[in-house]
Amino acid sequence: MKLKDIIEALGLKVLTAADRLDVEASGGYTSDLLSDVMANSREKNIWITLQTHQNIVAVAKLKDLAAVILVNSRTPEAETMKKAEEEKIPLLGTADPAFIISGKVYNLLGQKE
Amino acid sequence: MSEENELSQIFEILGGDFGHAGSVSTKVKEILKEVGIDPSIIRRAAIVAYEAEMNVVMYARKALFALTLTPGQIHFKIEDEGPGIPDIELAMQEGFSTATEEMREMGFGAGMGLPNIRKNADRFLISSLVGRGTMLSVYFFLNQESRG
Repeated sequence: MKLKDIIEALGLKVLTAADRLDVEASGGYTSDLLSDVMANSREKNIWITLQTHQNIVAVAKLKDLAAVILVNSRTPEAETMKKAEEEKIPLLGTADPAFIISGKVYNLLGQKE
Repeated sequence: MSEENELSQIFEILGGDFGHAGSVSTKVKEILKEVGIDPSIIRRAAIVAYEAEMNVVMYARKALFALTLTPGQIHFKIEDEGPGIPDIELAMQEGFSTATEEMREMGFGAGMGLPNIRKNADRFLISSLVGRGTMLSVYFFLNQESRG
């Protein structure tokens, strides 16, 4: 499923890199530990987290993730937004907590890792 | 394998510089991509570069990250000036971390850094002198996927 279709289906707010949404998402990974995401996420995964500092952009970039969903209406720091725009990483916002949004993404993408 | 086929580059990493953390590993990954390294090796190398870089940012004063690329292998050498590691065996255990509360809140300090490095390297060497610093040497073999 394309990232842009997931955004539409779940009503996610596009915070950065609006021109990078035409990619096929390979699945999702939910974690707030950066090393865990480095070790276990897969290429083109959607990463679901409450972390909003700029290091999430480096992790998403290094792992070729499709997007990062920030939960609980958390707003990224200005530096994070700037960096994500530069590195062309879509940051997406939701009011949902991690468990709920993970379930919704899971329902759309099925059991893909 | 002539010397012309060798590419080497040195990057500086500053301790405590969370703002730029990840920039050296991003550059290293871009170089490996440009020269056409197999994507599965790049994936492992990116994890190693990132974890090594973050260790410097979190614990050391500064470090030099040397990337050397030859037809047969990729080599990373990360030599830092820092507190060193008193008990390497303990530091290698998954879950062990000396990260501060602040770092943990940012999602660091999972105690996965060195284990992730070892897991993703074909060859991994570490040495440390307390009060002086730590040296990591990591190899990825390009011609076969067998781990040494």
